[in-house]
Amino acid sequence: MSENKKFRSKSGKERFTRILIYIFLSVLCIIWLIPFIYLVFQAFRGESRSMVTYIIPKEWSFDNFIFLSTKTDFWHWYLNTLIIALFNAVLQSVIVLCVAYALSRMRFKGRKFLMNLMLVLGMFPGFLSMIATYFILKLFGLTSENSVPGLILIYAASSGMGYYIAKGFFDTIPKSLDEAARIDGASRARVFFRIIMPMAKPIIIYTIMMAFIAPWGDFMYASLITFGHEEAYNVAVGLYKWLDKEHISNYFTIFCAGGLLVSVPITALFMALQKYYVEGVTGGAVKG
Amino acid sequence: MSKLTELEYLGLPPAKKKLYDIGQFFVRLPGNILNFLKKIPLGIWKGLCAVGRFFAGIGHIFADGDWKTRISFFVMGFGQFFRYQIGRGIIFLGMEALFIWFMVMFGGGYLAGMGDLGEQATIKTLNDYGLEVVQYKDNSLKILLYGVLTIFIILGFICTWVMNVKQNYTAQKLIEKGIRPRSFKNDVKSLADEQYYKTLLAVPLLGITVFTIIPIFFMILIAFTNYDYSHLPPDKLFDWVGLDNFRTMLATDASGNDKFAYTFREILIWTMIWALVATFSNYFLGMFVAICINRKGIKFKKFFRTILVMTIAVPQFVSLLLVSKMFSDEGIVNNILLNLGWITEKIGFWTTQDMARIMVLVVNLWVGIPYLMLIATGVLMNIPADLYESAKIDGASGIKQFTKITLPYMLFVTGPYLLTSFTANINNFNVIYLLTGGAPKTMAYEGGAGGTDLLITWLYSLTITNNNYKIAAVIGILVFIVVAVISLIVYNVSPAMKNEEDFQ
Repeated sequence: MSENKKFRSKSGKERFTRILIYIFLSVLCIIWLIPFIYLVFQAFRGESRSMVTYIIPKEWSFDNFIFLSTKTDFWHWYLNTLIIALFNAVLQSVIVLCVAYALSRMRFKGRKFLMNLMLVLGMFPGFLSMIATYFILKLFGLTSENSVPGLILIYAASSGMGYYIAKGFFDTIPKSLDEAARIDGASRARVFFRIIMPMAKPIIIYTIMMAFIAPWGDFMYASLITFGHEEAYNVAVGLYKWLDKEHISNYFTIFCAGGLLVSVPITALFMALQKYYVEGVTGGAVKG
Repeated sequence: MSKLTELEYLGLPPAKKKLYDIGQFFVRLPGNILNFLKKIPLGIWKGLCAVGRFFAGIGHIFADGDWKTRISFFVMGFGQFFRYQIGRGIIFLGMEALFIWFMVMFGGGYLAGMGDLGEQATIKTLNDYGLEVVQYKDNSLKILLYGVLTIFIILGFICTWVMNVKQNYTAQKLIEKGIRPRSFKNDVKSLADEQYYKTLLAVPLLGITVFTIIPIFFMILIAFTNYDYSHLPPDKLFDWVGLDNFRTMLATDASGNDKFAYTFREILIWTMIWALVATFSNYFLGMFVAICINRKGIKFKKFFRTILVMTIAVPQFVSLLLVSKMFSDEGIVNNILLNLGWITEKIGFWTTQDMARIMVLVVNLWVGIPYLMLIATGVLMNIPADLYESAKIDGASGIKQFTKITLPYMLFVTGPYLLTSFTANINNFNVIYLLTGGAPKTMAYEGGAGGTDLLITWLYSLTITNNNYKIAAVIGILVFIVVAVISLIVYNVSPAMKNEEDFQ
């Protein structure tokens, strides 16, 4: 009898904790979703383009999207960003995978030095070097109105330093595979393309995905390189301007519409490839 | 935790062994830090020895080399021509010719200009018709930039020269032993095989050199000049000023004004507080959320996880700018609270320093928790279940299990991640800039800094709005020093960092 009572009280306590956890997680989800719900509501609001004192629009319409497409450079910025993102996805992935393979699989003189060098370089605040990078790009004529190739170049050029996660993944592929192939007479290059690459599919997808998404959110570099040349803006720099004091009263809902058009495809892509993202992030954090 | 003898340790079951290891790591932590500090002078001494050995090596080659090798010291590739390596010889000789041509035509002039960074600034005069005539003369910026490029070309040449000398010597020794050195064709072939790393790394390293190393070197030099709004090329020249900028930042400037030093101290302290609180609040709350979601018996795990992860995908400039506006004076949060009658006057979320600082930390939780939740989930799954089993048998409560097993294990495994996320937070531009832009601005601060400015956002506004490049460069260097010192200590005491081969 007493045994039974003890058992029941324990399960009652357990049920109570579970209810608490459900409440906690639900509240959390709501808090995390509020900004996005707000974003959608504002994007479709028909009346007044400024900020208003209520959340739910009185009038639903596509006016903001029409305004965005006809009266602003939004789609131009969108195209700029898309071009940068596509090129970056290809170039950065190739570079990252090359560096990661070389550092994970091959042992050569200067390897340790190279890894330490990249580590130390990573400790400088990125924006510090940007000022000089700006002048170097200017020597090549790749700033202002030609910023799109310029931005592709600087994103890709320094991407070799972000090899850690891919290297961590390569490290987990048994070395005996390489050795077996090398005994059969395969060159290093052949091992890379025929053996490692097919096995590294998750990390390749992760790298491409991150390289594609990153340029959409970059404000710091893009604002410096494109400074003052609207036609070369990326979406972040373009939309940022609409929330300053002069523009916000006429552009707030336009910003939201633009933000929605940027977020939806990126989020969809991200959710579709979520599995690879989770693998990459957890693997990277655990191995360092 | 008491220290066990070797025998006792070996007698432990594997799960407890692991726990004991983790415990011992934290016990030894202070001692390890001390040991590391002791190692620094030794490291410097070793570095000096290596440099000495290098020169001794080159000297030895000259003494021991035959006449072909010796001539190669001056005419690069000379030896190779006689040692079946004509391809290499041509490349080396070509490089030397190119280098000499460059130095005579441009490099020499660029280097000479580095001394005073230009003598004659742009002259603007009015001509007879009252129109302005601009005569462009020296541009300090270009002189410095070209000078830096020349220095790197010289460094590159020195490396090539050393390679040339060493290869000559190796080839000489091979021939003395009666072995024929590798032909050019095989050289090229080996680039896809045993030297494949050279092929793989060539382009990435070129990119890093041109767009990271050279710019960083250039900006370090800028820290020793007076390049700012009143010395903007091409209209004005700037010049070397030695350590003046560092004095301005750390003590008082030339006119005895210590406002910059004050601002720097305040912002540095806030940056450190921000990085610490942001890292650890995200870490523990993210872990808590992960534990909640992964608890046995909780349903809709995937649903909760998906909603949180979705927020990672949305570009920060959309979500953070929107959140910033939601909490502004005219924003929706204030208005709803007013309408509900919960407050009678608007709350200035971004207008007072303390409030703004708390707000950025809170909003940063919104940014960081989903990310940490993912990582913590990954780690929690990896904790050996038998650790919990044996703890349960010993009668440990849930909280005890957390503090004795989950937490130490998490800290142990994610140590490196904590460090990277700490340094990333020191340089967390997006959250601060998009939320507050550094506001609220205060008159107490110099250089347009505000109450929530981190060193990195201050660096940004000094560059973009104030054109105060010299101070920006100094801040960059100081940030590097802070990050480097912290990282060095942590790397040297953390066991997970030391042996990368252990993971393979």
